Amino acid sequence: DRHGAAAGLTQGWHLSHTTRQNIRNSELAPLGMRAWQIKDELRQGARKPYKELIDVSSADPHRAGVKPLSFVRQVLAVCYYPQLAKSDKLPADVRQRAQRLLGTCAGGSAGSYCPAGGIPEIIDIVCEFISRRDDGVPSYPENIFITSGAQRAFVEILNILVNTLRSPITGVLTPCPSYPPGNMAVVMLGGAVVPYYLDEEQGWELKIDELHRALESAKGVCDPTVLYVINPGNPTGHVQSRKSIEEVIRFASEKRLFLMVDEVYQDSVFEQESRFVSYKKVLAEMGPPLSHTVEMASFHSVSKGFIGECGLRGGYVELVNVDPSVMRNLYTLMSRDASTTTGQLALDLMINPPQPGDPSYPLTAITLHISDLRVLEVLNSLPGISCQPVKGGGYALPRLHLPPGAIQKAKEVGMLPDYFYCSRLLEETELCVGAGSENGQRESTYHIRYRQSSDEVLRRLTSFHIQFMKDFS
Amino acid sequence: HIIWICDLKTCRPNNADLVLPSRAPRKHVLPFIEGMNGVPHRGKVLTVDNMNPNVKRVEYAVRGPIVQRAVQIEKELKEGVKKPFTEVIKANIGDAHAMGQKPITFLRQVLALCSYPELLNDNKFPEDAKNRAQRILQACGGHSIGAYSASQGIECIRQDVSRYIEKRDGGIPSNPDNIFLSAGASDAITTMLKLQVSGEGRNRTGVMIPIPQYPLYSAALADLGGIQINYYLDEDRCWALDVTELRRAVTAARQHCNPRVLCIINPGNPTGQVQSRQCIEDVIRFAKEEHLFLMADEVYQDNVYAEGCKFHSFKKVLFEMGPEYSSTVEMASFHSTSKCYMGECGFRGGYMEVINLDPEVKAQLIKLVSVRLCPPVTGQALLDLVVNPPQPDEPSYTTFIKERTAVLAALAEKARLTEEVFNTVPGIRCNPVQGAMYTFPCITLPQKAISQAKEKGLAPDMFYCMKLLEEMGICLVPGSGFGQREGTHHFRMTILPPTEKLKIMLDKIREFHQKFTQEFS
Repeated sequence: DRHGAAAGLTQGWHLSHTTRQNIRNSELAPLGMRAWQIKDELRQGARKPYKELIDVSSADPHRAGVKPLSFVRQVLAVCYYPQLAKSDKLPADVRQRAQRLLGTCAGGSAGSYCPAGGIPEIIDIVCEFISRRDDGVPSYPENIFITSGAQRAFVEILNILVNTLRSPITGVLTPCPSYPPGNMAVVMLGGAVVPYYLDEEQGWELKIDELHRALESAKGVCDPTVLYVINPGNPTGHVQSRKSIEEVIRFASEKRLFLMVDEVYQDSVFEQESRFVSYKKVLAEMGPPLSHTVEMASFHSVSKGFIGECGLRGGYVELVNVDPSVMRNLYTLMSRDASTTTGQLALDLMINPPQPGDPSYPLTAITLHISDLRVLEVLNSLPGISCQPVKGGGYALPRLHLPPGAIQKAKEVGMLPDYFYCSRLLEETELCVGAGSENGQRESTYHIRYRQSSDEVLRRLTSFHIQFMKDFS
Repeated sequence: HIIWICDLKTCRPNNADLVLPSRAPRKHVLPFIEGMNGVPHRGKVLTVDNMNPNVKRVEYAVRGPIVQRAVQIEKELKEGVKKPFTEVIKANIGDAHAMGQKPITFLRQVLALCSYPELLNDNKFPEDAKNRAQRILQACGGHSIGAYSASQGIECIRQDVSRYIEKRDGGIPSNPDNIFLSAGASDAITTMLKLQVSGEGRNRTGVMIPIPQYPLYSAALADLGGIQINYYLDEDRCWALDVTELRRAVTAARQHCNPRVLCIINPGNPTGQVQSRQCIEDVIRFAKEEHLFLMADEVYQDNVYAEGCKFHSFKKVLFEMGPEYSSTVEMASFHSTSKCYMGECGFRGGYMEVINLDPEVKAQLIKLVSVRLCPPVTGQALLDLVVNPPQPDEPSYTTFIKERTAVLAALAEKARLTEEVFNTVPGIRCNPVQGAMYTFPCITLPQKAISQAKEKGLAPDMFYCMKLLEEMGICLVPGSGFGQREGTHHFRMTILPPTEKLKIMLDKIREFHQKFTQEFS
């Protein structure tokens, strides 16, 4: 009986094929953990083909070696230890910003609790930011909640949406490939993941036909109430066109689905033709009745974009057209556990960076390497690997066309084929990339996932891949 | 159809279920179209009727309606509205810095160094602070506090926590694999409850919580659909925990649910009592007999003031009771950086140590914490300093000890002062504040006041506290938010304001209580 509770949790995990895959993989031989091990071995002087481990399996820029922005870190340092403001060593705008931010904290300390929902002055700045971004579409403070990372807000809103006391259980349409913690949150809360497959051949586009199919598939299994969209796509790197967004909104309205839109990569769009446009803006511009009725939550975060501060845990959600009584309940939910002040401060710094004329301007942004386009050219020229154009987001997601020999070998050692490939890659070249099965993929397709990066990554990957294909052909 | 364009300043939610004068802040939505008789012409996808019903039952008094009214009053004061007071004293929440307590220098120096490592070249920072910062940064991905950490928390910090626990508990071993870092203790408590609540009908998990309790527990149980089993602390014996009462509660509960968990808060919140060693042993014995999982919330472990009182960790007592208990009783103990002498609520640092957890359950726990990615890294760093403070041979030691002692001494003095003043007021009875940061006095309310409160649909102590807020500008939390014996009334007040302000506050409450008693006699 001791296992009772845990068993209940385990049962929850087994609701969808995709998730089962995710969990099985994470239980097998975590690549990340093995990467840490190799790093230690190298530090202790072990001899390996390459002297340095490169871990690009996660879109965490700092872990991959990107430096934090000085302005952000300077302001935080002064907020933590205000004595620093007395010296002239730090730029004037840093000191002024820290002073302003500390003024928004109770007792003038970054160590006091944030008010429920977030620091009001920072919420106001978020509203201004959203409105500016969306060419004037208004944003209201009462519809914004600042949380310790977008994930926290995502979970809390799902918590409200997923009604486990009803039968059939609540279904959430989720993209495939997807962001694993998003799917895990659905399952953890007792909901059902209903995957809709993104169209790989069309650059991982979201096709409305596929949404219809997914909805059909849910009949008799669960009650789909939520449509979860990630734009720019994670891990796909697809950036939705305005037309596509309009179609999705219309679909959500027609089928009475609550839209949950993860937009944390909105600042990571680098293909010339692509431009990020927010779901809120498109919704507003579609006019009534849709603009007044479609219910939506959109999420942003300090983890990605140009400041990349995953560990600081800052993010927000904006609700649109949500029933006022539900909002009251959400407010109570959000008030139970304060979010970290650091995250709120980082949010202010991200959406309100130094302007021309400020001493700290311009910030040296975490730029994405244009050479990545060349990376894709190279990969596409190799046998057994192909890659869709990456328009934005944090990853490249090349497809592996594995020879039967490799798939067979993988089965023998009890690993999923793409996992097997990644494992070999790690051991032989000290390059750690992610296995596509963690994110979900169509049956019998295999992918690797890695954070767009350097020539060295390409070198190791190419040489390994050529050898691997030779070995198993 | 009637089209109601929302006036941003006056928009009111349409539902008539507002019981209190002001509840949540008014929510503004894009203008919505409303049908005749106030029924939305196009039903919402998400309504209070189809949403997760558990959510409706969640309340959290510490930041509840009275606090929202206090915030409103502060706004009004700012706008120049005349009131009988010039500021609102927010003695509702255990937030030391908000009340003027100063952060500990060493902690903030290291955090600044971690945040902007260029400062490591600045000779104004002491060597020990720099060493700590470098050690923490080495353990971070990319040597940055901005990288995600492992979901369970940075490994070397978990090791440091283990060492701290071993030192605190006289050498009893602590395994870093049993340490889970968390975003404050609340995060870990909620996670453990989530892990344990399951079953249907009569087999639904029951969780024993003290009354009065810290309302995080009741809120979490409401959210999870767990069954709340109340056991009453004995107000006449300084809020003592009685095993007879535990037994009564669990026996009654077995009629309708499956009791599996026993939550203890020591030192207590809101009651401040510090459990004796004997009491802790009795509780552990009880937990073993009744096959209950023990959750020991020990976030106030440094906040012990009363003579003759001492903090005993549940783990230490468990292990000193011998292998019959220490190898079988399952337990989680919780600690945090929000209280004690640090008061760093905003950093969300904390941990739990799990003991004798079934390995399969632990595997599920590891999965569960990964859903929230990782605890804030700055909180983890701060926790590392709390468990690894300056040692006697280090440059920051003297200042550190001085600051720490000053904070704890001030709290002890305020605890004593509060008890003294309240017990001079006829109609207020205040138990000694043995520990933690609060006082929870019993207030006698005239029958007329109780009746009027009931007419307004308010708990009598809420009615009392609302009036206190409106007339004196003091924000407390009514006892009904924490639970209390039927027919009794209380309020919770923090002892955190600076001594001078505290004295004023105590005098004002005394004045108010006398006035209130007269007004409703």
